[in-house]
Amino acid sequence: MTIPNDVKITDEMVKAHGLKPDEYQRILDLIGREPTFTELGIFSAMWNEHCSYKSSKKWLRTLPTTGAVVIQGPGENAGVVDIGDGDAVIFKMESHNHPSYIEPYQGAATGVGGILRDVFTMGARPVAAMNALRFGEPGHPKTRHLVAGVVAGVGGYGNSFGVPTVGGEVEFDARYNGNILVNAFAAGLAKTDAIFYSEAKGVGLPVVYLGAKTGRDGVGGATMASAEFDEHIEEKRPTVQVGDPFTEKCLLEACLELMASGAVIAIQDMGAAGLTCSAVEMGAKGDLGIELDLDKVPVREERMSAYEMMLSESQERMLMVLKPEKERQAEAIFRKWGLDFAIVGRTTDDLRFRILHQGGEVADLPIKDLGDKAPEYDRPWVEPRKPAPLRADDVPQADVADALLKLLGSPNGSSRRWVWEQYDTLIQGNSLQRPGGDAGVVRVEGHETKALAFSSDVTPRYCEADPYEGGKQAVAECWRNLTATGALPLAATDNLNFGNPERPEIMGQFVQAIKGVGEACRALDFPIVSGNVSLYNETNGQGILPTPTIGGVGLLADWKKMARIGFAAENHPILLIGAPPEWGTHLGQSTYLRDIHGRTDGTPPPVDLAHEKKAGDFVRKLIASGIVTACHDLSDGGLAVALAEMAMASGIGAVIPGLVDIDPIPVWFGEDQGRYLVTLNLDPHQEEMDDLVREAQTLGIFAPRIGSTGGPELKLGDARGIPVGDLKAAHESWFPAFMNG
Amino acid sequence: MKSAVVLLPGLNRDRDMIAALTRIGGTPPVTVWESDGDIPDVDLIVIPGGFSYGDYLRCGAIAARMPVMRAVAEKARKGVLVMGVCNGFQILLEAGLLPGALMRNASLRFVCREVKLEVANANTAFTRNYRPGQIIRCPVAHHDGNFFADPETLKRLEGEGQVVFRYAEGTNPNGSMNDIAGIVNESGNVLGLMPHPENLIEAAHGGDDGRALFEAVLGIAA
Repeated sequence: MTIPNDVKITDEMVKAHGLKPDEYQRILDLIGREPTFTELGIFSAMWNEHCSYKSSKKWLRTLPTTGAVVIQGPGENAGVVDIGDGDAVIFKMESHNHPSYIEPYQGAATGVGGILRDVFTMGARPVAAMNALRFGEPGHPKTRHLVAGVVAGVGGYGNSFGVPTVGGEVEFDARYNGNILVNAFAAGLAKTDAIFYSEAKGVGLPVVYLGAKTGRDGVGGATMASAEFDEHIEEKRPTVQVGDPFTEKCLLEACLELMASGAVIAIQDMGAAGLTCSAVEMGAKGDLGIELDLDKVPVREERMSAYEMMLSESQERMLMVLKPEKERQAEAIFRKWGLDFAIVGRTTDDLRFRILHQGGEVADLPIKDLGDKAPEYDRPWVEPRKPAPLRADDVPQADVADALLKLLGSPNGSSRRWVWEQYDTLIQGNSLQRPGGDAGVVRVEGHETKALAFSSDVTPRYCEADPYEGGKQAVAECWRNLTATGALPLAATDNLNFGNPERPEIMGQFVQAIKGVGEACRALDFPIVSGNVSLYNETNGQGILPTPTIGGVGLLADWKKMARIGFAAENHPILLIGAPPEWGTHLGQSTYLRDIHGRTDGTPPPVDLAHEKKAGDFVRKLIASGIVTACHDLSDGGLAVALAEMAMASGIGAVIPGLVDIDPIPVWFGEDQGRYLVTLNLDPHQEEMDDLVREAQTLGIFAPRIGSTGGPELKLGDARGIPVGDLKAAHESWFPAFMNG
Repeated sequence: MKSAVVLLPGLNRDRDMIAALTRIGGTPPVTVWESDGDIPDVDLIVIPGGFSYGDYLRCGAIAARMPVMRAVAEKARKGVLVMGVCNGFQILLEAGLLPGALMRNASLRFVCREVKLEVANANTAFTRNYRPGQIIRCPVAHHDGNFFADPETLKRLEGEGQVVFRYAEGTNPNGSMNDIAGIVNESGNVLGLMPHPENLIEAAHGGDDGRALFEAVLGIAA
C-alpha cells in the first residue's frame, strides 16, 4: 500500500529515514512547515552520509585537489586531468560495499555500472577499469560465495560493456567478514574542449530523462533502515539494484553521439538517490530551479508513487538539460539505440525544486538548501593508539626459501590469475600491461606514443596500526607502482572505507588517514581529483580495517620505453634503488610476521616522502633513458617476494649473493618503503654503470648492485635455490584450489 | 578489397575490428546497422565480438534474427567472404550459416587469456597465409565458447577439412570438442572462430600472429 503524500510525519518516520531529531528540526526551520512524505524522502536522500558527506566534508577539504594538470577536481561526476595534445583523462573510484555483501553479483555489477556512468556522463569513452576487492578470511563460510559472486559480477558488467579491466586488488582479512569492500574505478578519455558538466544553464529549458525506465528497485537503498518502512518497500522489490550492461553500453553510445551533436547543455547520471540527487545537483549548481512532472517519467511498473520515483535507484539512467532546437535530433539518437527519451521538466528561475504528480504538487523545496544547508558535523575523534615497535631482538626466524614459498602461496600473496582471467583485460586493443604487473597500462588511442598507467593501492594492516602512516603509504605505493612502469604520476582518486564515524576511535582513524593521504599527495605532487567516502562498514560493533583505497593515474610519454616487471634477459645486473645500507630492515606489520608467524605486531614501515620522491624520480629517469630492462617496486613480502615476482613473470631466475654477517630475515622480508628493483642492459663493469651508481649517490640514493639475472632458479644468499617453476607452482595454486574447495 | 563490419547494439569489439581492418587494409571498412536490409558490394563481411542484445537469450539468438543477417546470408550464398569472431561466431551458428553450437565454457566462467592455436587447415581463403600445422598465439575472451556438434556433424567437419583452427598444446580454454576453435562452412567462404586475432596484430599487442588472417582476407601478400 502506498503511503499518501500528505501523511502526518511522525517521529518514527523521521527516524526511519535516517534523520536525527535536530536534522528534522533543521528541515522544519528551512521550509517553515511540515514536509510532505515525498519531501521527507528527498531530504533523507540528500542529507544522508553517502550524498552529503556530512561527517567527512570537514576533513575532505584538507586534501590537495588542484595542480597544473587538473582541469576538474572533486565535486563533479569524476575528476578531469589534462594529458596534453587536447586530451584529458577522466576518472573516479567509488564503493559498492553494502549491496555487494547482500547480493554479490548484482552489487558488484552495478558498482561497475555506476562508475562507468560517472565517467561517460562527462563525455569520456571509458578505456580502463580496476577493482579493489576485500573479503573476509578464506575460512569464513560466506567468503567463497562472495568472491565467486563479486568477481563474476564485475566481469559480467565490465566485459559486456566493453571496457578492459587492467588492474585492482583482492585481499582477505577476518575484519571484512561482515563487510566486504567493492571499490570500482573507471577512467575514460575525452577532448579537453568537449567535457560535459552537471551545471544547468538557462531558464525555461527542457529537462530530459534518458536511458532505462524507472522501477521500484533500490528505493531508498541507503537511507531506509527501519523495519517498518523496509517492509513496505521490500515487499515490492529488494533494495539492491539490478544491472543491465547491455543498456549501459547503448546509453554510452547514445550519450557520446548526443554530445557530439551539440545538444547537451548539462548532463548528470542518476546514481544514489536517482532522480532526486541528479535534478537537485544540476539545478543547484546552476542557480536554477527545477520543475519535474513525474507523469512524464518512463516507468516499468504501474502505480508508482512520487516518493518511489524520486528515490528509485534504477540503473542506466541520465538526466540532461537540452538545447530545445535540438530536441528532434536528440530523440532520434536515443530511439536508434532503443532507449527512453522523455522531457520530464524544465529549468526555472525561482530556485525551487518542484515535483508534480497526477495533477498535484507533491514537493516544493528550496533547491539550494537541499545541498548547501545539509548538516555538517565535526565529529569527535581520538588519537588512535599506536602499537609498540617490534624489538630489534624479537625477530622470529625461518628458513628463507621455505618462508618465500609460503608467502607466494598464501591467501594474500598468491596469484590473482583466477580473478583477472574472468575480466576482459584486452578489449579495445590498447592494453599494454594487463593485471599481474605493477600497474595496468593502456595506450592513448589516436596518439603514437602516449599511454596511461593505472594502479589501485592501500595496505589496510598498516592503516590499522597507524592510520597516518598507512594513509601516506597508500598514496606512496600507488605513486610508486605508476613510476615503476616509467609513468609520471598525474593525479589520484580516493575511496575512503571506514567503520562508524560516530565512534571517536573510528573517526580518529579517518582523520589521521586523511592527514596522511593529504601529506603524501602534497609531497608527491599527486592531487586527489575525485573520490568517495564509505562509512558505517561495521558489523556488531566491529569495524573493518581502515581502508583508504587510492586509485592513481600516470602518463607515459613513450610506451615503447615502458618497463615491465619480468626479468627480460640473462646476465643483466640487478640494482636495489632507494634501499637502506642493510637493504631491508623493517618487519613490523610485515606479511612475513603475519603469514609465517601469525603475528600482527609492531609499527608499520614509515614513509619518508622526500626520499620516496627522490628515488621515484630517479627510477623514472632511468626508465626514460632506455637502459632499464625490468622494474618492480617492493611492497608486501619485501625483497624476496619482489625478486620472485620478477622471475615468475618471465621464467628467468636470478642469483643474489646477499649480505654477510647480518640477520637475513629483515634483508629479504623487510617492508621498508621507497624501494625499487631494476635490471639494466649494461655491463656491470662498464663505466656507465659506475656513473649511474655515482649519480644515485650524489642524489643521496643508495642503489647497490645486488646480483644478476639468469639461470633456472632464484638463489637468495645462503638459502637453497628455488627453481622458478616451483615458485610459480606455489604462487598459482592457492586461488584455484580455494575456489574449487 | 573492400570490407564491411556489421554493427549491432551490444557488440563491443567492433572498434577493435575496425581498427585492425583499417590498419592492415589501409582503408576503413563500411559499417552496416542491425536494420539494414542491404549490404554494399564488398569482398568481406565481418561480424565482430561482444554481447549483442546483451546475450540475454542464447548467445547470438536475437542478432541472428535481425534484418541485416538476412542480407549477410544472401551475400554468403553468393560467395562473399564472411567472418564471425566470438559473438560473431555465435551469431553465424544461430543464423544457420555454420553447423554446431557454442555452449557455456566447461569452467562455467568467463575466460580471457592467451591460447595457442594450430592452423588445422591452411588451405582456406582465411588461412592461406599460415603454414599447415603452424602454431600461433591468440587471445580468447568469452563465456560461451565450448564448441559442440553431434557425432555426424563433427565427423563431416573433420573429414571435409572444415576445422580451421584448433586449440593447441593443452590450451583449450572452454572444453570444446576436438579442441575446435574455428570452422568454415562447406564452401569455405564463411569462417567462425572464438579467439580474437584482431587483438594480436601489432607490437603494442605483444605480437602480430593474427595479422596473416587479415592479410589473407584483405588480399594482401604476406
